[in-house]
Amino acid sequence: MKHKVSYIKLALPKGRLLSPTAEVLSEVALGFEGYGHKTRQYRLQSVRFPCLSAKIFHEKDIPVQVAVGNYDLGICGLDWIEELQVRYPSSALVKLSSLDYGGGNVYLAASHEAEVFSLDGFLARQDNWRIVTEYPNLAQAVALSLRFKRFRIFPVWGAAEAYPPENADLAVLWARNESEIVGQGLAPVMKLLSVDAFLVANREKLETKDLSQVLDCFTPKLVSRLPPDERGYRGCFISLRPRILSQIKLSRSREPVVSLSEWQEKAIKLALPDGHQKRPTSQFLEQAGLNIQGYSGKTVNRRPSADLDWLGIKVIRPQDMPLEVANGNFDLAITGKDWLLEHLYRFPSSPVRELLELGFGKVKIVAAVSQDTPVANVNGLKLLTQGGKFAPLRVASEYINIADKYLRDNHISPYKLVPTWGASEAFLPEDADLLIDNAQTGKTLVQHNLKIIDVLLTSTACLIGNKDSLDSCDKRERIEFITQTLQRALS
Amino acid sequence: MENHKCKGMRDLVPDDMLRFRRIEDVFRTCCLNHNYQEVKTPTLEYLHLFTATGTLTPSMLGKVYSFLDWDGWSGERVVLRPDGTIPVARLYVDNLSGCETAKLFYVTNIFAFEETGKKTRERWQCGVEFLGGAKLAVDAEIISLAREVVHKLGLSDIRLQLSHAGLVKALIKELKLDASREAEVVSRVLDGDWRALQQVNSANDELNKFLYPLLNLKGKSAAFLQNVKALCLQASPGFKASLEDFISITALLDSLGCRYETDITAIRNFEYYTGVCFQLLDNGERIGGGGRYDGLIPLMGDRNTPACGFALYIDPIMKLLPWDNKQKSVILIAAGEPTPEVVKRCFTLAQSLRDAKHVAEVDFSGRERSDYRWLVSISEKDPTRFTITDCERKQQRHVASPSEVLSVVGG
Repeated sequence: MKHKVSYIKLALPKGRLLSPTAEVLSEVALGFEGYGHKTRQYRLQSVRFPCLSAKIFHEKDIPVQVAVGNYDLGICGLDWIEELQVRYPSSALVKLSSLDYGGGNVYLAASHEAEVFSLDGFLARQDNWRIVTEYPNLAQAVALSLRFKRFRIFPVWGAAEAYPPENADLAVLWARNESEIVGQGLAPVMKLLSVDAFLVANREKLETKDLSQVLDCFTPKLVSRLPPDERGYRGCFISLRPRILSQIKLSRSREPVVSLSEWQEKAIKLALPDGHQKRPTSQFLEQAGLNIQGYSGKTVNRRPSADLDWLGIKVIRPQDMPLEVANGNFDLAITGKDWLLEHLYRFPSSPVRELLELGFGKVKIVAAVSQDTPVANVNGLKLLTQGGKFAPLRVASEYINIADKYLRDNHISPYKLVPTWGASEAFLPEDADLLIDNAQTGKTLVQHNLKIIDVLLTSTACLIGNKDSLDSCDKRERIEFITQTLQRALS
Repeated sequence: MENHKCKGMRDLVPDDMLRFRRIEDVFRTCCLNHNYQEVKTPTLEYLHLFTATGTLTPSMLGKVYSFLDWDGWSGERVVLRPDGTIPVARLYVDNLSGCETAKLFYVTNIFAFEETGKKTRERWQCGVEFLGGAKLAVDAEIISLAREVVHKLGLSDIRLQLSHAGLVKALIKELKLDASREAEVVSRVLDGDWRALQQVNSANDELNKFLYPLLNLKGKSAAFLQNVKALCLQASPGFKASLEDFISITALLDSLGCRYETDITAIRNFEYYTGVCFQLLDNGERIGGGGRYDGLIPLMGDRNTPACGFALYIDPIMKLLPWDNKQKSVILIAAGEPTPEVVKRCFTLAQSLRDAKHVAEVDFSGRERSDYRWLVSISEKDPTRFTITDCERKQQRHVASPSEVLSVVGG
């Protein structure tokens, strides 16, 4: 009988690990052409193995995609693997081996203002710790392991290092080494995890499918870092349990980069966006006559300053602003209406309000399907879903709360949300059936063979504020001054 | 057919509920007879209730169902109640702390994640908490009440094991380990890994004298603990005080004729316990447990309030419950064609029977039924007459009024 050839799917990272992963793939000769830092395609086909294909994801999406079985194998950092496994220990993700590159660590770091001088003193404190992190599951596991009496975790999309000391006491974050943490004005308290790029597999696929052709190629690159008794799967792969608490010495080697008291003295705190929104925001503020030093340049300065001596400014991710404003860390922020709604749909009682629509950064939030899906509108999709075409409808989105509400409001059932961290259009059609994403012109969607079936909303940049700040006698006048200044620029 | 139930959750079907209610009824009756009062706490509590008091072990906290509520923008997480005692202690602090004592009981579900999904993640328990009771007699009352409930449920051969959380904690201190090693040993012991204590190679001969019997022998009376006391003359005052407390409670139980076994390794997850702890076992399976937790209320910021309590685990007890499958005597009122006149007659008769404490069911399906004690038929041709069939004796009678039906079926 002829042996059936298995089709093997590999999930590859973009971002930080892309270039070193491309080098390794080239060395092991898997035959992927076009995987490099200039790549603009998401799907790759091996020229050496006709049965091997790959897709490029945000690194954070890879453990999930492999765990749910959409991909047989994947490469990503150990930090994102542990972030999944510490919360979902029974997931079908198997760590095969370190690939010995992309090294770094996940640290628990404190602001100097938190005055962490000894570990015992630190652990005995009764503070209500504010922990900011891109790794909320790891952060919770650490807080519980350290038996923190009370803590709150603020998940952020990025720039966790920018929050302490003003807006957080502790951060759980990735850095190459301890010096990098110190360079960010933080004191490393503990090293939680050594992070290498790892080769991961789906457990069921590993048990049932012949992946040996691909694994053989990786063999010279597989590294065992653990004692023999911790070797797991079939005696040759590594299966390690999360080791969260490996302590490093406490250091107070540098003066804080910011004075907490200076920040606290500022009557109004404003958050400005980094990333794509930075340039148009900077231009708009200039046009409005708000002089801000250190914001418009190419390098990211997290703490620019304004001519107005009562205005404190910090640069963070627009996605994280509504939550930060809700918690009173900022009185005002310039973000997108999409992120405001995403927040308000999740937390209807949030004290965040839209104060002013700013007009720039216009995008549409759309529902899109593959060109091959025989529907023209959401009603057609509803009927197709009810008819059992999808079991269930898989919905990929960065906006999980907007997507959830949209699906509920349109009575689409059953559905399953696939949260993504970027490049969501690449999920269709293999790994999702519906995309809820932003689109400026719709060209990217067309390039990916997708069609728009509905426009949920149009989003532009907006000024948001905290209701309690607006109600405060001390702040109201100054908030109105900023709002009117920006308003004048619009007219 | 596809199963739509959430992984790790379970349905209680009618047969399960009969057993469930029997356990609940016996438990409630016993508690009310001891003058305990019933309470209920909410399913959702703040996570910090369980972390702030340092009352659950990290491994237990790692299994709680925690999430952000709709107003969770402040980052304050809530949990599905992972434990029965801590919410009741919170209820006491919030509502009853002015009372000198509060004797409370509850029937509740608790939630804990279990990885495989093969075991249930929602568990039911009957619990008792005596808040404000410091005397040894209260410990004895709590243990007696737990045993009484189990006895009245018809469970025999239940083993009572005693330990003492204060003694275990003092014993770990006796090892004089450095802080991180001690924390590791405490964590392992709390998770039930007693090898952590056995593996400590102590150079202290004095300690070794009583460490072995305490960890490896099972006493059957206070005499065993007296023997241990004789071996630990050099122990710290804290250890001796806990041992003395343990001896006192075992001596009291001896005098009450209560059979037990002392085994300090019999407990786990005893983070918030401070004194005597016990568990009830049936063929090695834990069906209940409890103990003294004098430190919990002050940890919540309230005044010093001694407390002790226990919980019986409904899920394993349901499986063990002796059960006679005798059905309750039910009367079926059956009619073929449900004309308005027939329906009215059926409903009137059914109500008369129910008023007389009978269980009466009305059925218009016309199907043949034999699984009832009595069958009362009404014909649409003559709705004024009832035909009564005694399904047990296979006898039939015809009567003309609900009162005549009552006189036949009794009541």
